[in-house]
Parts: sequence; C-alpha cells; structure tokens
Amino acid sequence: MNRAWDTIIVGAGHNGLVCAQMLASAGQSVLVLEAGAEVGGFAAPREFAPGFRASIAAQYLHQFSDALLRSLQLERHGLRFAATGLATTVLASGRHVRIAGDHVDGVSAEEATRWQQLDTRLARFAKFMATVQSTMAPRLGSSDFQDRWTLLKMGLRLRLLGRREMREFLRIAGMNVYDLATDELEDPLLQAALGMDAILGSNFGPRAPGTVLTLLTRRAGEATTTGGYRLPIGGLGAFAQALASAATAAGATVRTDAPVAGIVIENDEVRGVDLANGERLSAARVVSSVDPRQTFLSLLGTEHLDTGFVRRVDHFRHRGITAKWHLALDALPTFTGLPSAQLGDRLVVAPSLNYLETAYNASKYGEVSVLPALEISIPTVHDRTLAPAGGHVLTAIVNYAAYDAKDDLGTAREKLEANALAVLESVAPGIRSLIRSSELLLPMDLERICRVTGGHWHHGDLAFDQYLMVRPFPGAAQYQTPIRGLYLCGAGSHPGGGLTGLPGRLAAEQIQRTAP
Amino acid sequence: MTADAGYPTPPHFRKPLIDTPFHDRARALSQNDQFVAWAGYSTVDVFTTVEQEYFAIRNAATLYDLTPMVKYRVAGRDAERYINRLVTRDIRKLKVGRVSYVVWCNDEGHIIDDGTVFRLSETDYRICTAERQLDWFLDSAIGFDVAVEEITASVAALSLQGPTSAYVLKKFGLSGIESLKPFEFRIFEAEGRSLMVSRTGFTGDLGYELWMAPQHATAVWDDLMQAGRSRGIRAIGSQALNLARIEAGFLMPNVDFISAEHTVRMHRERTPLELGLAWLVDFDKPHFNGRRALQKQKAAGLQRMLVGLDIDGNKPAHNALLYANPTDETECGFVTSAMWSPTCKRNIALAILDTPHFEMGRRVHADIYLHRELVWERRMVTATVVERPFFAPERRRLTPPADR
Ligand SMILES: Cc1cc2nc3c(=O)[nH]c(=O)nc-3n(C[C@H](O)[C@H](O)[C@H](O)COP(=O)(O)OP(=O)(O)OC[C@H]3O[C@@H](n4cnc5c(N)ncnc54)[C@H](O)[C@@H]3O)c2cc1C
Repeated sequence: MNRAWDTIIVGAGHNGLVCAQMLASAGQSVLVLEAGAEVGGFAAPREFAPGFRASIAAQYLHQFSDALLRSLQLERHGLRFAATGLATTVLASGRHVRIAGDHVDGVSAEEATRWQQLDTRLARFAKFMATVQSTMAPRLGSSDFQDRWTLLKMGLRLRLLGRREMREFLRIAGMNVYDLATDELEDPLLQAALGMDAILGSNFGPRAPGTVLTLLTRRAGEATTTGGYRLPIGGLGAFAQALASAATAAGATVRTDAPVAGIVIENDEVRGVDLANGERLSAARVVSSVDPRQTFLSLLGTEHLDTGFVRRVDHFRHRGITAKWHLALDALPTFTGLPSAQLGDRLVVAPSLNYLETAYNASKYGEVSVLPALEISIPTVHDRTLAPAGGHVLTAIVNYAAYDAKDDLGTAREKLEANALAVLESVAPGIRSLIRSSELLLPMDLERICRVTGGHWHHGDLAFDQYLMVRPFPGAAQYQTPIRGLYLCGAGSHPGGGLTGLPGRLAAEQIQRTAP
Repeated sequence: MTADAGYPTPPHFRKPLIDTPFHDRARALSQNDQFVAWAGYSTVDVFTTVEQEYFAIRNAATLYDLTPMVKYRVAGRDAERYINRLVTRDIRKLKVGRVSYVVWCNDEGHIIDDGTVFRLSETDYRICTAERQLDWFLDSAIGFDVAVEEITASVAALSLQGPTSAYVLKKFGLSGIESLKPFEFRIFEAEGRSLMVSRTGFTGDLGYELWMAPQHATAVWDDLMQAGRSRGIRAIGSQALNLARIEAGFLMPNVDFISAEHTVRMHRERTPLELGLAWLVDFDKPHFNGRRALQKQKAAGLQRMLVGLDIDGNKPAHNALLYANPTDETECGFVTSAMWSPTCKRNIALAILDTPHFEMGRRVHADIYLHRELVWERRMVTATVVERPFFAPERRRLTPPADR
C-alpha cells in the first residue's frame, strides 16, 4: 500500500467536508473521496439545462449555524449570500399569506396573534432542541462520565424551560402536526405552512405521529442561525465549494471522481478503502458520510458484522418520498394575486392540511400525488449567475412520490411532472408557456445521482425510533460502529439531515475523543 | 362434522401435532401410550420401560425416531462463507462427506442453539437444529449468495445406536458401512431408495443416523427391525436417550441452557465459553456472530461455567442447588441434568457453577430433595467437579467397529 492517511472520509457531501475540515485543523492527514464529479452531495450543483443551474436537491441554507459558519471561515472561502432572511409565502389559488418569523400578513388580527404566540413558543422549544441536536446523543445506561453529563444537561435544560413550558413541550413533542396546527391556528394556509415544515423530507403526512418532532428538529436547526432562509450566490453548490476550500486550506485533500468500492478490514480493524478503479488506499480510520445501509451492507459487507446488527441495518427506514423539480424559464412568471416583490420568497403551495394528507395518501399505495404540495424557489430573482440573460430558474420540492412506485420510473416521472405542472398552473396561470426545459427527479433518481439509498433527505426517516441515541440504530449511534476505526458522519447519524453540518461536526469531535 | 367441511382431513387445528412417517410403527410397539410433543410432532417418550430401553442402548441396538429434528438446506455460492459467519467453528475445515457439531450465537455471544452441519458438496449443506431457526438463518443470509430452506418434513430420520448397530446395518445390506468413521456420512442407494447414513448420535456410543425420503420410512424401519432381531434391537423413546446423553456429557437445549432467543431474565443466557464449549470457538477464523462479545468475555474471565459433577451417594441430584458452604447455604450454582448412571456406577450431573467453584477437582455441596411417599426428605452431599464425558467407550470411535 501507499502512504497511510490518518483519516479517509468517504463522500464529499457537506457533512463529509465539515468533518474533514475539523480533523485536518486538528492536525490529522485527511483524504476525502467523492464518487461524483462535484462536491456537495444533495447540495452539489447541477446544470439541468444549458446555462441553467441549481443544486441537485437542497434549495435553501437555513439550518447551518452561525457559529459553524464562522469557525469554518466560509466567507473567507468565497461564500456570499444573494439573499438572506427570506419570507415564506403560502399560496392557494387566489389567496396567500406571508410569514416572516413571528409576523404574518394576510390573516385576521386574531390569527396573527395566535401565530405569534405559537411561533414564540416553538422558537423556545427549538432553542432547547438545538442544544440537544448539537451535542452527541448520550448512551443510556452508560456509566461513562460524558454520557451522564450530557443527559444531566439535557434534563436540566428541559427543566429550565420552566414547569409550564416543560409540560407543554412534553405534551406536544410526541404529537402529530395536524393536531397541533388545528388546535392552535384557524387559517388553513397557516396550518398548512406549519404542516409543510413538519413533513418536508420525511415519509409522513401531517397526521403521522412524530411530525411535531420533525417540525421541532427543523426549527432547531433554524434556531442556530440569524440568517433565516438563505441563498448563496452561485447556488448551494457554491456553499459546498466553500466548504471544500476550507477543508483544503486546513490541509485536507479532496478527490472527486473517486468512488469507494469497499472498506478494507484486517483483524477486525479498519485498514483503508478500495476504490472502484482497483486502487487501495490505507488509513488508520475511515469515516463514512454515505448512508448507513450502503456503508454497512455494500462498502463493509455483512460478513464483518453480527446478524442482530445487520437486522437493524436492514430495518432502518430510508425510503425517500420527496421529488425535486427544475424548470428553465424564459421569463419571470406571475402568480395570481402575488406582488412581484414576493416572487423571491420561499413559496409554498399547500392550501390546507387535508390537501397535504391527501397528497400523502397516494404514496402509501405506490403512487404519486394527484395534487402535490410544492416548496418553490426562484433563485434568479436574487442571483443572476444561475441562468442566461433573461432566463429564470424555478426549482421546487414536490411532495409526494412513492419510492417503490407501482409504475415504471418513466411513467411515474411523467405523471408527477404533469400533476405538479397542473398545480403550478393553478397558482401561476400561463407559466407553462415560459418553460424552456423541465427536469423532475424522483427519489429513485436522487438515489442514483446522489448515491443515497432511497434518495432520502435525511438518509433515513427522522422518527422516535431512529432519533437521538438510537440514530441510525443501536450499535452505530455516537458515530462509532462495531468495527474499530470505522465511523459514520452523514445525515443518517444524529441529529439527521438538512444542511446543518452537525453530524459531520459531532463525528469529528467524537473521533478526536476516542481515536487511538 | 360439518364445521370441518372444506378442510383437508383432519383439519390442522384438530390435530395440532403432526405424525412422523414412523408413527404407525411406533404406535404398534408402544405399550403404555406415552407420547410427547417434540417440535410440532408427536413422538414416543417411553415404549416399554426406561430401564429396558436404556440398557438396549448400551448393550444392543436401538431405533429412535429423529424426524422432528429441524433440518435446513443451505446452498449457494457463498454457503461456506455464510455458515462460517453463522457458527463459532471454522467450517472451512469441514470436508465434503463430513459432519460437524456446532453452536451459533447472537451478537452478545449468547448461544441461540446447537446442531450439526453436514457438508453435502462444496456449495450444499444441511444443518440440523433443535429449535426452528429460519428467521435467524434468513437474516444471517443478508449479503450472502445463499438459499436457506427448511426441509424438516421432507426428510425422515432414524437414529440407530448401540454396540451392535454396525452389525445391524451390515445385515440390513449396507456393505462397506464398517469403514465409515465418526462424523462421516455416506449415501447408499439400494432398491431404488437413497439412504444417507452418518456416524453420529446423541448417546456417546457406537451409532448411526439414517436420513431418507418419508415414503421409504416404514420399509426402512421394518427392514432394520428384521435385521436387528438377533441383536436385540428395540425402539426407544426420548427418556432413555436422555439418560445416555447425560452419560455422554452432551447438552440438551432448554435443559442445560436456554436459547438466548427465549430468555427473558437477565443473565439467563449462556455463551459457549460458559458451557465449557471453548473448543468450539475459533477466534482465528474470520468474523463470526458474537465474536467480539466472546473475545471480551474471554479477556474478562468467566463468571460461571457448566461442568460435570460426581456426587456422593446414589440419589440423583435433580435440580439441586449447589452450596459452597453447607452450613450457611451460600449458593454457588445449580444442577441442570442429573442421573444415577447404571453403566458408570456413579451419581452424575451437569451443573452451572459460579467462579471459582467450577475449577476441576473442587468440591461443593448438593442439596438433594427426595419425595418419598408424599414426604420430602433432604440430603446434603458432597459433589466434585469432574471431566466430561462420564462415559466414553472405545467402541464409539473404533473403525471398523467390532463385528458382533
Ligand atoms: C429533494 C431534497 C431537498 C432538500 N432540501 C433541503 C434544503 O432546502 N435545505 C436543507 O438544509 N436541506 C435540504 N435537504 C437535505 C440535505 O440536502 C441533506 O440532508 C444533506 O445534504 C445531507 O448531507 P450529507 O453530507 O450527510 O450527505 P450527502 O449530501 O448525501 O452526501 C453524501 C456523499 O457521499 C457520496 N458517496 C456515496 N457513495 C459513495 C462512494 N461509494 N464513494 C465515494 N463517495 C460516495 C455521494 O456522492 C455524496 O456526495 C434536501 C434533501 C432532498 C433530498
């Protein structure tokens, strides 16, 4: 073998890059191996039509903490924002409400007050959750000081919410977002806005238990930054580029077009990796940002693992349900009743919670939603670098598309695209004639392009049984695995997906704590 | 019975225990109707008397219906790698035509079950187990190119054990059987029926196990009975076999250990090291289920271990608690299997002892309860930790076996 690295990181998604930067800064020799041609994973850039660019999956940077942004010095590495603090506008045909933090326009004064109260309360809970999410999940029943201290701190922080608020937190944390939203709010658009934040990326409709948890985890990410919904100049690919540049500046090497075929084990310890081209690279440890299923079943191989553990890997739920849509437009579209100044908002098309629930129903039966919900971004309103002169980019997250579609992939894609277009037309009549090019990526497509099993936003459902100290599953939580020297650092680990950088950061910290 | 209309007769819910292919023969020989449930089948516990059947094992030849033994076929390109990851022994060393006794563990190194592996070809194996294992075997197959299939009902099996068993088989018509070595098997084709014979058994004596298609079962039974007439062959039930296996020092699942899949309470599971089966655990082979946990246990030392006991007196120490000190009755273990061994003329037992009492030669005290005409009597007797097996006659290994 050639020279031995301290650490090889598999996958240059944002988590792999954050982990690389931190370990390299701590003095380790670090090699990042990325299968694709570009870094960024779900946030990698994609030219989906000549001259039109977007990121493959992610649309907004809204959960990446200010602290991490500063400590990685991303601005020094070229990160600039075209827009920050974007408002959310929820649209139904002919009507819309606009949400900017705790302030909402387009509803009755009483409803606005209700929103403000609810938002303030959720913000408080999110702040508590943020501390939970930015700490390594402790092992239960452990006698380790670190674990006990973390648990104690969590309990204390919960208690510090005050008796009433702690009770309220414990009351709602296990609820579904449908009940929460209908208990607290009256306006169907506002209710749907809350529902949308809860279900985005997860295999849930708003009535599914645990959707308040997913809402809170998302808001917890948002509580770590004052930037709100942000668009980097050049798209999220530029954010990934800045991360790669920070990692490189810290001394790490990032290699693209270098798919890893297997993790090399000798005497039950990690020795390095084999590349698909046959090259063998040696390292004292391997950190995988690839989803847990692929990491264990494909890259490592079950022969190195116990059956009970493999069972848990196999039972990890990771079916993606979210599709991504890219449109190249000849001009800015108009949305009925929406002032053009609001075109740059985060636009959500979801008229009611029942609309979301009905959209979800289809996916249960292997179908795509007849009336899908959309989270739309028109980044070219803020950033002209993404499209040729005059042209515009409209991207949307489209919910829902069953991973195991009954139809063949092509048919499922055509159906969802037609359905999404009909919904889009209902709020932006005439947009069809502006479309120069359209690309819809189903979870199966995302799986293939981004090499994430299931094409799942979080690399695996965020649910109570796959959360905190049991994420992704017992035996692989705390970023460590049954194999000495093999670590996890991707969205499959605590606290899950979204562009938070947290799994990458926490893994790096754990490695420094435990590495020989 | 109109309620049963439309069901095959008899409907399964009216006959929860299945008959084995030997059932008619067994019923005809059973003198006291002592049948018991075994893995979903109805089998004989005692045909005549336990004593008569036990002595036939040690002095003549015996037939025992083994059909309920759960059987799996494991076949495919990765079969060897698959089994090697499943069990604690190095199965790569098992040659085609040979059998190996194995145990398999869960992630914690706790035994799930024991059984035997037959290597039929480079890529084709049979695994015989005490309990049904399909769930575990299939989940263990994730990532391996291997097919696992339960074949219990399509293989009828008989165990022919005792010092005259080789003679019986020769008389039965299996020429060359005398060259079959312990843990070897061979397939004999005769009169259009295929018979797989392995030199294996649960008695610690000379003996064979015969594997056949169910449609040949009664004919094979009849022919064996005929061939063994002059050698005192008789059908035996599970009770007599159980005595022989204790003398041989073999473990009985759910008696000497409980499968880790069935334990509910803490510390009721057993690792192979704790059962004195360290010789079955090969740390030098590639990874296998439970390896990391067993390595840890090995390094930390054992808290308890299963050993053989030689107990004073002649009263079997059934379920006796064991004390380090008889006066203050500090418990240090308990008996799992016990008997007065007529062949060894010793009062023997298998027992779990806490550290350090399991060391060879150590003495403990057995608290034996006797139920005599409705009155409980209690004996506190000395027991010594001894080697297993208690009974291991030369003839069990001798090849060719004596021709008698
Ligand atoms: C449709 C969609 C929209 C989303 N929108 C947002 C959003 O607006 N905001 C937000 O914050 N989050 C969003 N997310 C979630 C977010 O993008 C992900 O959770 C996050 O990018 C995961 O980052 P990661 O680094 O853990 O993994 P990934 O980004 O998945 O990176 C894993 C990397 O590993 C590489 N890899 C895989 N196998 C190999 C191999 N064998 N050898 C070498 N490399 C390999 C892959 O190519 C990939 O680059 C969205 C997700 C989806 C699916």
